[in-house]
Amino acid sequence: MSTQQTDKSSYPRAEVSPPSGQLFPHKHLLGIWNLDPTAIKHVLDVADHYVEQNRQRQKSSPKCAGLTQINLFFENSTRTLMSFEIAGKRLGMEVTSMSTGTSSIKKGETLLDTAATLNAMHPDVLVMRHADSGAVKLLSEKMDCAVINAGDGRAEHPTQALLDALTIRRRKGKLHGQTIVISGDVAHSRVARSNIYLLNAMGARVRLVAPPTLLPKDVDRLGVEVSHRMDEGLEGADVVMMLRLQQERMQGAFLPSLREYYRFWGLTRDTLKYAKEDVLVMHPGPMNRGVEIASDVADDLDRSAIEEQVEMGVAVRMACLDILTRGLRGEDAA
Amino acid sequence: MISAFTNARLIDPASGLDTKGTLIVNNGKIADFGPDIEVPDDATVTDCKGRVLCPGLIDMRAHSVDADAALAGGITTVILQPDQTTMIDSDPVVERIRRRAEDTHTVNVYPMGAATRGMEGKELAEIGQMKASGAVAFTDCRKPVSDSQVMRRLMEYASYFGAVIVQFPQDKGLANGGIAHEGEIATRLGFAGIPAMAEVIQIERDARLSEMTGTPIHFALISSREGVEAIRAAKARGVKVTCSTAPHYLHLNDNAMEGYRTFAKVSPPLRSEEDRLALIAGLADGTIDTLVSDHDPKSEDVKRLPFGQAAAGIVGFETLLALALAPVHAGKVDLVTTLKALTATPADLLGVPGGKLEAGAPADLVIFDPDKPWRIDREAFRASARNTPFDTLPVQGQVWQTIVGGKTLFSGE
Repeated sequence: MSTQQTDKSSYPRAEVSPPSGQLFPHKHLLGIWNLDPTAIKHVLDVADHYVEQNRQRQKSSPKCAGLTQINLFFENSTRTLMSFEIAGKRLGMEVTSMSTGTSSIKKGETLLDTAATLNAMHPDVLVMRHADSGAVKLLSEKMDCAVINAGDGRAEHPTQALLDALTIRRRKGKLHGQTIVISGDVAHSRVARSNIYLLNAMGARVRLVAPPTLLPKDVDRLGVEVSHRMDEGLEGADVVMMLRLQQERMQGAFLPSLREYYRFWGLTRDTLKYAKEDVLVMHPGPMNRGVEIASDVADDLDRSAIEEQVEMGVAVRMACLDILTRGLRGEDAA
Repeated sequence: MISAFTNARLIDPASGLDTKGTLIVNNGKIADFGPDIEVPDDATVTDCKGRVLCPGLIDMRAHSVDADAALAGGITTVILQPDQTTMIDSDPVVERIRRRAEDTHTVNVYPMGAATRGMEGKELAEIGQMKASGAVAFTDCRKPVSDSQVMRRLMEYASYFGAVIVQFPQDKGLANGGIAHEGEIATRLGFAGIPAMAEVIQIERDARLSEMTGTPIHFALISSREGVEAIRAAKARGVKVTCSTAPHYLHLNDNAMEGYRTFAKVSPPLRSEEDRLALIAGLADGTIDTLVSDHDPKSEDVKRLPFGQAAAGIVGFETLLALALAPVHAGKVDLVTTLKALTATPADLLGVPGGKLEAGAPADLVIFDPDKPWRIDREAFRASARNTPFDTLPVQGQVWQTIVGGKTLFSGE
């Protein structure tokens, strides 16, 4: 499905042209919370184009040739890091990745020292992931180049929300009016937060389903419905997004056992019956099969969009890199 | 040497005196004061031009002496917390701090000692030794004494010496890992939260231990509505509890953290608007006994970090009075009540000199214009660091002179 076919009335709040004429009037992509529907729609439209390009034999274009992209990951990641690397390379960028875990912190270098060092290397885009909420924003204040947040603490993971939105838009035709369930460890999830902001901005109806210990305080004030039961929560759902149970972030007693979690909050064929017949099942990966999602649901070709999400990930990241370097390349920002 | 401060608005919060008049200082002590005082011929006269003259402020909670900043804030007595580079948990350290303060002839300094050895909450510190050397109270500072048995023994033991115990009311379990008030803002920003109930549970447990042991207890830095209610209820039951808060809790709510501003990171955390309003009401009705600055200079090295890693703390000396006066100007708290929480009440609680206008008392005084508007400017701070969320904030009420032992040690505009 191409963008042109998308019903324009799906974006009632996106109809207004921004006064600046710029569809994406931001230097960085730090989060979804400060993006308006116009900007979100623009990223998705550009990404649609890259989906088509990525399906050709010739996947690369020299659009960003000569530009330097640094991927700086303070938290372990393979999927997101690789997705950003491929995205940069397909646009012709020089891509360097550094996955440090927490090693530079152990060496005593502060984040701002790291920023100064990297800045002196004159990158054109910096992609960063960090275990602390707000860390990417702090670093961006010291960088001359565009900064993309590849996940900070529990705060935001904007490219994940954008790729999820692209997946839904291509499968369902629109975001507006869709009932979208986000289920799992919302408390520790940056994916959940970015998705809540994005889906709300685009007029979707968002419902969270999780045990009480995995929901952050006052989350209902973010404009979502909240349920603790899978049957009640999945009622009438167009899309179910499962979150990874982040066992590494589990401090203290959130859950008694994974076995019990699966019984009450795992997504199985049985629980999925409460959702709409054509429900779309999504997961940001990597999945814990048999913990938050049953294998046969994850592998259901008709309903599962999990592999498609990975494909959309590359396209969305290409779109973000493209949009944020337009000024540098002398292209009109719109 | 005799000095006379004429044409002053004399306020003595302890007695409720608020009158126009003159105050005479002789040999470092208050000699006389009142509306109809004759100025001796040999006196050095200072015309206060209608400004308030009251006892110098006694700041019950500071993490650094920072004398110049204290004097600029109208503070004549600083109560130093035990979390120094060399922890105040033994009598030689107490003595050294007392001696250094006496030798430098500046602001008065009285240390609080650690309540438990190494502030680890396990064994009692040498409370008797430290008290004999001049420690005025005992606290583990930002660490609550969590073990109920240790706390009970601490209170029982302290009562023999008449030592004041100060508890930081935060239940360790509920606060574990938290960096912000548990609520909508923390959820949006992606922070682990500390619920207000962490404060309540600690207050209620220790109020019960106070009933059990008969030992009074002081809670430092109340931050929540529920905390105020818990104190109010304990007081109504006749339990000997007192508490403090700091001006930043009266001024800011958790919205101040927006944009991950680490200047708004304090411990306990800034809470909701509802909490802020309840604290002001608690100050007005006397539930909150004292106002403290919680002065804590922190360098950029420990503040310019991701919010979760950044140090908590605000520099408070130079903004203490002006910020404390804001609820007065807003008509929520009266001037004498506010000044009492900054002078007479902390003096009585800790048994330190000052805090009152009375003949024979040390002439530790502050003269300030309660209405004068100015703008907080962190670049103009005398403090050893400038970590404040209040930069450029317009406020009312400015210190004109700070007098310690009859000597004017700070003089402003």
